[in-house]
Order: sequence, then C-alpha cells, then structure tokens
Amino acid sequence: MVNTQRNYDAIVIGAGHNGLTNAAFLAKAGLDVLVLEKNPEIGGATISRELHEGWKYSNCSYVCSLFRPEIYQALDLGRHGLEVVPLQGSTTFMQNGDYFGSYHQGPINRREIRRHSKRDADAAVRFNADLMKWCRLIRGFLLRTPPDPASFKMRDAMEFAHLLKQFYKLSESQIYEFIRFFTMSIAEYLEMYFESDVILAHYSGGSIIGTGLGVYSPGTAYVLLHHAMGDVDGNVGSWGFARGGMGSISKAIAGALQAHGGAIRRDAEVAKINVSGGKATGVTLTNGEEVNAKIVISNLDVQRTFTKIMEEKDLPEDVVTKAKNFKIRGSSGKLNIALDGMPSFPALPKGSPLTLGHMHFTDTLERLERAYDDWKDDMWSQDPYVDIVIPTQYDPTMAPPGKHMMSVFVQYCPVEPEGGWTDEKRDAFGATVINQIADYSPDFKDLLLHAEVRTPREIELEVGLTGGNIFQGELTLDQLMFNRPFPGYAQYRGPVKGMYMCSSSTHPGGGVMGAPGANSAREILRDLGKDNTVPEDFGDD
Amino acid sequence: MSATQHLDFTQIYHHSPFHDRIEAISQVKSWSAWNGVQTARVFDTVASEYFAARSTTSVMDLTPMEKYRITGPDANEYLNHLVTRDVSKLKPGRVSYVVWCNDEGKVIDDGTIFHLREGEYRLCAAHHQLDWLLLSAEGYDVEIEEETFDIAALSVQGPTSCSVLTAAGIDGLDSLKPFGLIHANLNGFEVCVSRTGFTGDLGYELWCDPEHALAMWDAIFDVKARGLYDVRPLGLEALAMVRVEAGFILPGDDFNPADSTVRAGHDRSPFELGLGWLVNFDKPYFTGKKALLAEKQKPTARQMVKLVVEGNKLPVDSFLFDRKNGKRVGTIKAYTWSPILKANLAFAEIDTKNGVVPQEVWAEIYYSKELEWHSTWAKCSVTDKPFWNPERKSMTPPSAF
Ligand SMILES: Cc1cc2nc3c(=O)[nH]c(=O)nc-3n(C[C@H](O)[C@H](O)[C@H](O)COP(=O)(O)OP(=O)(O)OC[C@H]3O[C@@H](n4cnc5c(N)ncnc54)[C@H](O)[C@@H]3O)c2cc1C
Repeated sequence: MVNTQRNYDAIVIGAGHNGLTNAAFLAKAGLDVLVLEKNPEIGGATISRELHEGWKYSNCSYVCSLFRPEIYQALDLGRHGLEVVPLQGSTTFMQNGDYFGSYHQGPINRREIRRHSKRDADAAVRFNADLMKWCRLIRGFLLRTPPDPASFKMRDAMEFAHLLKQFYKLSESQIYEFIRFFTMSIAEYLEMYFESDVILAHYSGGSIIGTGLGVYSPGTAYVLLHHAMGDVDGNVGSWGFARGGMGSISKAIAGALQAHGGAIRRDAEVAKINVSGGKATGVTLTNGEEVNAKIVISNLDVQRTFTKIMEEKDLPEDVVTKAKNFKIRGSSGKLNIALDGMPSFPALPKGSPLTLGHMHFTDTLERLERAYDDWKDDMWSQDPYVDIVIPTQYDPTMAPPGKHMMSVFVQYCPVEPEGGWTDEKRDAFGATVINQIADYSPDFKDLLLHAEVRTPREIELEVGLTGGNIFQGELTLDQLMFNRPFPGYAQYRGPVKGMYMCSSSTHPGGGVMGAPGANSAREILRDLGKDNTVPEDFGDD
Repeated sequence: MSATQHLDFTQIYHHSPFHDRIEAISQVKSWSAWNGVQTARVFDTVASEYFAARSTTSVMDLTPMEKYRITGPDANEYLNHLVTRDVSKLKPGRVSYVVWCNDEGKVIDDGTIFHLREGEYRLCAAHHQLDWLLLSAEGYDVEIEEETFDIAALSVQGPTSCSVLTAAGIDGLDSLKPFGLIHANLNGFEVCVSRTGFTGDLGYELWCDPEHALAMWDAIFDVKARGLYDVRPLGLEALAMVRVEAGFILPGDDFNPADSTVRAGHDRSPFELGLGWLVNFDKPYFTGKKALLAEKQKPTARQMVKLVVEGNKLPVDSFLFDRKNGKRVGTIKAYTWSPILKANLAFAEIDTKNGVVPQEVWAEIYYSKELEWHSTWAKCSVTDKPFWNPERKSMTPPSAF
C-alpha cells in the first residue's frame, strides 16, 4: 500500500517505459521510489492491451530496435520476461501489381534489387556503408548526457572533448558529409545513390514515420538514421518483435523495478508538481491527494510537464515560452486489427517470406509527398503511407492459433482536421486505411474481426502524448542532442531544484529506447552523491 | 495482375551456368557464396585439389566474378582515368592487372582489363562496381554494361593446362603469351581464351556465351574421360592456398574496399598495399592522383608485406611483434601452409620505421593439440617476390607438363 504520509526519495510521474527505466535504476541504487501512472495500465506508448477477446494489440509502438541492450542486461529484463525476436525483411507493393522485396538473406536481397535496377544493387553497398558511418557515430551518444556547449564545468568540457574526438575520427570530408546529412531531405539524400522509384520510396519510409515533415523536407535524412541506428543482437538497423507485444518491455522493466523495491501506483493522475521555496516537494493527484518526495521526475513530454502539471509562477519565464514553442505536432495514426486468418497478398508468389516483414503500399516519392501535402492541409492522407506488420506469424501469444493480429502504422494523420475530430471522422480515417490495404489484399476485409483506430486525438487522450506526437517532440536538429528539449536544459535537470525530466522529450529522443530514462537516472544519482547503477555504452569497437 | 518476374525465394544462392556439373562432381557438397553464387568450398579434399593446380590441371568456375563491358569512343580514355596504371597503350588481345581508387587515393577494388577487340573492353572486378563505374563515367562517351551472368567463365590452371586445352580442341595456345588473349573455336562455338589466372602458375581463363557453358565444361573434362590427363575441379579452400603462394591479395579479405569501409583510416592506398608499382604518376590524370601524390611526400606508416613464417605452426590471426615479447607492430591478414614449398606463408600489415619496412618480425602463434592450447613464437622474414613463381608460368610456348 502506498503510504501518503511517507516522504519518498523520488516520485516518477508516468509509467511509460522511460519512467519505469528511470525508476528502476534509482531503486537499484537503493532509493525509495514511487511511480504514478494515470492509466489503469502501465507502459504509455509501450503497451499491449486486449481489446478484442483473444487478441493482444501492441496499441502504439509495435517493433523494437532502439532499446538499449545495456539497459536490457543491467535490469535483467530477460529474466523478467522480455524476449525480442528479429523480424525479417520488408516489401513495398507497387501500383502496377509488382513489388519490391527486401529479403533478410543477402544474396537474394541483392538479386531482388537487381530485378529493379542493376545499378541500385551496387549503389546499395555504398549506401549501407555510408549509413553505417553515421549510425556508428550517433550510437556512441545514446547512453551519454549531451554536453552543454555554453558551460565550462570540468565534466562538460570532457564530454565535449569526447564529442569532438568522435567527430575527429571522421576524415574532414566525412565531417562535411555528416553535417550535410543532418540538413538534407531524405529524397535528396537517397537520390545520391538510387535511381529506381520504388527503391527510393521503399528506403524513404523510415524518414517520415512520426514526423511532421515530408520526403522533400530538409532534416528528414536524420529521421532515417533515427530508425536505422538501433539493433537486434548487434545487427544494426534490424527490428524485432517483443514477444507478447511491446507491453512486455514495460512489464519486464516494471518487474525489475519491483524486484529492486520500487512501487507503482496505477489510476493515479498527477495534477501538479508541488514546488515550495524554489524546490520540488512532491505532487498533488487529481483526486487532491498529496504525495511527498525529495525529488520529482517527469516522464511526460516537456510541453505537458511545463504547461499542464507545473504552475507558471514556479517556473522561469523562458522555460514556459520554450515549452509552448516546443515542436510537438502529431502526424501519425494507428490501426490495430484482429484477423480471422492470414490475409493474402496476391502480388507475392505463394509462400513468400516477405509477409514476415514490414509491408508498405507507397511506391513513389511523389505519392509520399502528396500524403504529406494532405497533412499540411489538416487532412489525413487520402493515399497514406502505412507500415504494416503481422507479428502473430512469429508470436503465439497474441492471437489464437491460425488467427492473426495486424499492426498498421499510418502516416499522415492531422492533430486536428478542419472542424476537429469526431468519432465519424476517426472511422472515416480508418476506412481510408482499410480500403488501401484491401486494394492489395482482396480477402482482407472478410477476415477483419475488430479494429482499433487511433488518430492523434486518441493517442493524446490515452497516452498523454501532446498532439499525439509519437516521439514526444519533433526530431529536428533544433530539438536534438544539446538542444533537446531546449538549449540549456539538455542534461535532464529541470528548472526547479529537485525536479528532473526522463521522457522521450529529452536526449536521445523518441522511440522505445530506454536511454532518456537511464541517462536521467545517472544524472540524478550523481546529484544525490549515490553510486551509479546506469550501465555504460557497450561501444561498437 | 502484371507479368512480374518473381525471384525463386527458395533458392537463396544464384546458380551459375555450370551449376549442374558442379553439383554432380561435388563429392562432399560443401558450399559457400561467392558474389551470391553457390560455389564449392571443397569438392573432394583440399589436398587433391591443391595438387591438381600445382601438378596437373584444375578447373574453377569463374562466372561469379564481376564483369563489365566497356565500349564507346572514350572507352580507353575512361579506363585510363579510372585506374592508377597506364593502360593507354593496352593493345587488343592484351590484359592488364589494375587497381582503382577513390578521390582520397584509397583502393576500391582490383581487377583486370581485357582489351577484347579494338575499342571493346572487359573489366573484371572482385566486388560490385557498377555504381562506381557509372559515377566515374560523367563526361565520357562510353557505354558500361554489367555482364557478369552474360558470360560463362572457367579458370583452367596447372602445368598441363595447355596440353589439356589443346587436347580439348582449342588451337593457338602455343604462341599465347602471359596476359594475352585469343578468340578461339571450340567444337563450333567461340571461346575467348586468356593466359591469366589466380594461381601464379601456367594457366588460362576461358570465356564463352552461357549457352555453351556446359559444352565447354564437358570438352575439358572429356580429356580426363579419354584417359589423357587428369583434370579436377578446384574449390575455394584450395584456391585460398594457391593465391597466397602466388602473392595475390584479395580485396575484402586482406584489406577493406574503400567504398564499403565504415571507419575512417580503415581503407588502404596502393602504396600501403605494396602495390605502388601499379601507380603511374606520369599519366596526366587518374582518380586519386592528387591524394596519392600528397601521400607519396610522407613515408608510408604501415605496409602490406609477404612473410615467410618459420616452423610448422600456422600464424592464424596472429599479432606481430618487433621481437619476442616485444612491441606490437602488425597483424596477419592471410596465411597458408604451402605444400609445395613446405613453409608457412602469410600476408601481413606491419608498421614501417619511417617508411622503411622491417625485414624481420615475430609472430605470436596460438595453436591447439587435442583441445589443449599452446603458444609459441615464430620468426618471420619479409620477402618482395611472389612466394611461388615457376618458370613454366611464363614460358612460351608452354611445356607439355
Ligand atoms: C502510434 C505509435 C507508434 C509507435 N511506434 C514505435 C515503434 O514501433 N518503435 C519504437 O521504438 N517507437 C515507437 N513509437 C514511439 C515510442 O512508443 C515512444 O517514443 C515511447 O514509448 C515514449 O516513451 P516514454 O516513456 O518517453 O513516454 P510515454 O510512453 O508517453 O509515457 C508517458 C506516461 O505518462 C503517463 N501520464 C501522462 N500524464 C500523466 C499524469 N498527469 N499523471 C500520471 N501519468 C501520466 C502516460 O499515461 C504514460 O504512461 C510509437 C509511438 C506511437 C504513439
């Protein structure tokens, strides 16, 4: 039982996977930690729920790659029930009835690229090597606190030196290329390598997922990296399924937290962080209950944290302004679908392994850009870009035998269509997506038993992601590294003493990574003079 | 729907036009992929295949090697700009070994240029080059076409290879000099024969339309069936031995091709690879010239060398030291026991002393006997010459055996 008289060492607001990770490392260091979650279930955007009897959905996030193996190991998540199985391949279906398949076996993958362009098959070698260069660089920063470029404190100077050294290991021309990479659009970037329309479209998808940018918008090249920098067992760029859905990740972290003596309280929505004498003293719940703690950590995005659960009078003016200006427009929707059987995709040869991977239906850059145009006009894309996976081809725990669950990530969907969201509009959005799938899978509609349709409205209402932004804030250079969430606040410390941030709004950003939670815990333990329980980066070399 | 040419996804490796014969002749069915093509590691035993190459005739499927046809008014000028060596005077009917670099002067790949007929060239490469060849073609009036699977090729190597091919029905080999090529007739179809190879011995490479691939294979193996000469297929493992003896380095195995190198400083220049003799600064221009000229101003810090390793313990992945228990100065890149020289041979990368290659280094060798590990030291001496370079390799006309 939670003792409200008790003064906790730390309260974490939000049981998203980062809040849980943060709390677990604090508990491991011996702190008396309480996590407060507004929902009846933990996990935030890393959750599995049963909405149709017998079927489990990964309601928000659906594939795992970014999650740091260092955290997995340090929190012993395998023994707490987590298992991440690599998924294989990807396909873009074409309007002319053909398809481009990316096979998980090298030789056949190359032959398939050659089927579309001999030149692209060879260019893929250069592309992969170049992408790996930037991945290596960025991976080294994930489990580190970003340095504050304006500070002269010793520790920061050393961090900065580290950053420069990382940089200097690049040749001069590589440094220029890297800077260019951060500012380019994915279309421009890929056109330096590939000529085939479908291949350009296929590789672009990862660059627009979750972002309010189009394939021709500067900055999208980086988003590709954000999706390519993770790994499954050292295979950089691979993605995996968490057995039992993404909720298994949160559950395992919660298991570790509890094993270290931490507590979680569900249905406990925080109304306000209490501040007294310029210091955080605890929280007040929406039911009026007060819970005290020496420090308070927010797992909510920074806009929500600083404009919804903190009072303006408690905060420096610039923080409130920065929080209001934080770019956090949502742009994605999600369908989770229970299927009575495996849908067929007649474009693929019988028995093709390609259904085991990601599936997309957008075969040109132009169609991707058009999808974006609709979003700019506050409409959902009439011809959306979807990322479909059917995890039940691997996972026996998410649907009855022979039945399937399909996860459909949809780009783009507006924060608010003209006149605002209604249930009818939500369903019309769902129908747009379902019709698109049915164009490529004639038996799909007949197999459909239940669908959960989520627009940014549903995502915000349930998970509390402002605007439904899946990354808790746009991943553009002005909001990355030492600019995340804002300059001067990139080291997880809030503007009020004893208040910290641990969410995806902080470095290294969104995705099921655990890194923001872990990095934040490291800073907190340092401030408290406690032994560090947060692991160091394994290092690629 | 449409007439999609689906890949057979159950066949992971591509099959060469010789596949049926190779599959049939393989006794141990040990496969691996070479450029995505199913290739035999071993057919029978490594020893019997090795000695076929060194004492009779060995046959290897060369089809997986990347091949590009380069034609057009600027073909020669283009190639001369591409590679570091001067190929402006390469005559029709001649072949040249070359490397090519990126703008930083780092080696992308090595290969051979065949001047097949006036103005018609073939470039053979170890790795996929179409992307680079097309990027380099900017401003040249050339046509570049990948023809890897449009040509079936066999490498026929060994002291009796001339006799075998002559017995198979190919005329004109007597006067064919090393690095020369002829267009011959074999049982009614055309075969291009070049006196080239990867074994450092007498040998030929045969190139034909895939349509005639099996007939070409059969004509050669028929010589054995007729009881005239022994002919055996050569697998990748025996090839790995003979190529080290011959002193040929392999991009991707012994050094990182520049276009797929991720870590800065992990690619290599021709000088670092001991291939400085392929760089011709007298040419007005070639890709990487500026960088290589600049590199030449400073002593080369490390270099690929050939080592003879004393004793009979293989220097598997060994570190190299300036003396026993001394300072680490390098690493082994490739190695083999040489049955014909009864010596351990290796390629290694070692630090120079101000550009001067030390002539002697020590390898720390770990080896196991019945699962117990031991370590020992072996002295290694640097040598400039190919380890194996018999007279018969270059004699014209070649001897019968
Ligand atoms: C549709 C969708 C698909 C995605 N797909 C992927 C994917 O496939 N792979 C991937 O790696 N990433 C994906 N992401 C991104 C990833 O899921 C998120 O970036 C990540 O889960 C965020 O974790 P977090 O812990 O930082 O925050 P959250 O998960 O947002 O956690 C915040 C928590 O705080 C709680 N909360 C909010 N307000 C209060 C309050 N006042 N009091 C108490 N609790 C409160 C919320 O309920 C929630 O549990 C996706 C996201 C979405 C939305």
